[in-house]
Amino acid sequence: MCTSIVEIVPVEGMAKRGDAWFALTQAVVAYDHARHAPLADVITLDFVNARLDAGARAGVELTLETAKALHAALGRAIAEAEFEEAEVRGKGATPGLVRAA
Amino acid sequence: MSFYRGMTCTNVAIAGDGGDPITAYVAKPEGPGPFPAVVLVHHLPGWSEFYIETTRRFAHHGYIAICANLYERSGPGTPDDVAARVRAEGGVPDAQVIGDTEAAVKWARSQPEHNGKVALFGSCSGGRHAFLYACQKHDVDACAELWGGRVVMAPEDLNAKTPVSPITLTTDLSCPLIGIFGNEDRAPSPEQVNQHEAELKKCGKAYEFHRYDGAGHGFFYWHRPMYRPEQTMDAWSKIFAFFGKHLS
Repeated sequence: MCTSIVEIVPVEGMAKRGDAWFALTQAVVAYDHARHAPLADVITLDFVNARLDAGARAGVELTLETAKALHAALGRAIAEAEFEEAEVRGKGATPGLVRAA
Repeated sequence: MSFYRGMTCTNVAIAGDGGDPITAYVAKPEGPGPFPAVVLVHHLPGWSEFYIETTRRFAHHGYIAICANLYERSGPGTPDDVAARVRAEGGVPDAQVIGDTEAAVKWARSQPEHNGKVALFGSCSGGRHAFLYACQKHDVDACAELWGGRVVMAPEDLNAKTPVSPITLTTDLSCPLIGIFGNEDRAPSPEQVNQHEAELKKCGKAYEFHRYDGAGHGFFYWHRPMYRPEQTMDAWSKIFAFFGKHLS
């Protein structure tokens, strides 16, 4: 495989390399042949900071099935988080609950 | 067949596309020559150990070999990290790779031991770039394209960095071409390799394609599960025979 399947998303957050955390600027999702995992084609996730050195990168290579499971788990967690945000911090929440959150 | 166990290997600085200084790894066989030259165009995983080692492999077989770091502008770091950065930047422009490769060809042609003949060798994205170069420039004598991905591109995949589908330039191919492909590859797929070959035939170009069963993408890569030793060694023999014929 030598694909053009690449998605680049601006992100806000941090990732860890060694003992140090660094701020993120982008996440890159691709499907291509693995560079390290003893697998053929993989979903790769790279969390990077384009303003730092090239080593400011947290890289992951996942099988397609594993990536699907991760995607589903992210979806579930995000749905619950949005519910939480709406219920507790959202417009309909009581002032007391907003303060508690 | 002669082998050259003695060789000189070093990094050199060359003026790449736009005059940008870039580093190239070079390997020269021991002796006065004259030697033909091979310019290696590295793959998406970057200026990696595989390409550095393959540069030495060509010197072992009697070629002056040079492999430019096409990702140098993305900064220092391990090949993996730099390749990931390049991917995050949306890849490198085709025109820049052509300019960098032209500088490597010029370096090869300026060596006192050179016999005046130059071949290109590239795999994966490097195979695509090698073919593209051989269509756009007229200063190489042979081209080895190994599983060049995206030689055949859909219009929706074209962008500012890759503005042309290389297959549309086939009529301008300036030298004989050897193509190495795995029949289990999906990029390029066997159907795309068929299209590539049909266009070469239609344009009356000198070429030979070797297509291997039981092999997919990147089957030369000895450090990957995709490695296929029998097909790899057969393909190497085809490449050396092809270069021997066209670079003597």
